[in-house]
Amino acid sequence: MSAGHVAPKSLYYLIFGALMIGTALTVGAAFVDMGALNNVVMLAIACTKALLVILFFMHVRWSSRLTWVIAASGFVWLLIMFGFTLADYMSRGWIQGTLR
Amino acid sequence: MSEGYSDAPTVGLPGRVSIQGPGTPHDGDSHAHHPKLQHHFDDMEQQAEASTLGMWVFLVTEIMFFGGLFLAYAVYRSQYPTGFQEASAHLNVTLGAFNTAVLIFSSLTMAFAVRAAQTGEKPRSQIIWIVLTMILGATFLVVKYFEYKDKFTHHTVPGPSFVWDGQYPAAAEIFYSLYFCMTGLHALHMIIGLGIMTWLAIMAKKGTFNSTYYTPVEVSGLYWHFVDIVWIFLFPLLYLIGRHYHAG
Repeated sequence: MSAGHVAPKSLYYLIFGALMIGTALTVGAAFVDMGALNNVVMLAIACTKALLVILFFMHVRWSSRLTWVIAASGFVWLLIMFGFTLADYMSRGWIQGTLR
Repeated sequence: MSEGYSDAPTVGLPGRVSIQGPGTPHDGDSHAHHPKLQHHFDDMEQQAEASTLGMWVFLVTEIMFFGGLFLAYAVYRSQYPTGFQEASAHLNVTLGAFNTAVLIFSSLTMAFAVRAAQTGEKPRSQIIWIVLTMILGATFLVVKYFEYKDKFTHHTVPGPSFVWDGQYPAAAEIFYSLYFCMTGLHALHMIIGLGIMTWLAIMAKKGTFNSTYYTPVEVSGLYWHFVDIVWIFLFPLLYLIGRHYHAG
């Protein structure tokens, strides 16, 4: 139950610090040419930051199981939308005579 | 006030029909309860849980709302990878990073606003955190205004007056269409957020929130943090992909 739990202020400061470090890292990494790895690093940092916000600032860490399921479902739907659409776009032209 | 079950047609005002069967332990208003407890909930905890869950359901729809734009970005970027890099290199990374920091800071002050209500601190300290969050949100929007203004003066706004002197004008125009749609929708959410914060501050001033009732602050906090998360993804995807791009 999210309503009951009061997180200590120090934890919020810690998360804030981690988010700021993540921002600095992502800016720094962007100036280094790592080829395709740039995208991976950028998205990995962004996902980590989002997870920290969701778990601690949005109290999901201390929420009911039902809240966990609902919150996670958002990303499951997102994944389905991306998966199916990109599977279409990426596979175009694989078979001769199909649209590119 | 309990009508119980009956086969006879219900008379009286709609919405006043009780679905409590005989023997239900609740007997209406005969015992004292929290003034903020709506009568269709058992207790404050259940009410708070329902509100939080409802907000999460709304946020799931918001994820899909923004998700469509992120998907459009993914599709077009996969078609024009270099053109997107060239277009992105024209964005001001300093302003973008500054705004990211501002929003993360505002998430911290929002978390403290929720905490102040949660621990039943005085209305004054609740208001301070809410107003701080508003100031940071407004700062973000002011910076965004100057960024948009810059695009208008340099003709990088998609449309008939779009001018691009790089190698990939068509891809750049698509990039800037997405830029304005995504940051515009995000900015709209920020403006709505500021409206919600104003309402929260007024409620807090009236002393509405304490450790037994702070759901509006909690739920508004969820919204605010969600908008922050959207920016956490927008910033690298829009501002940072062209940092090592070299024309030619």
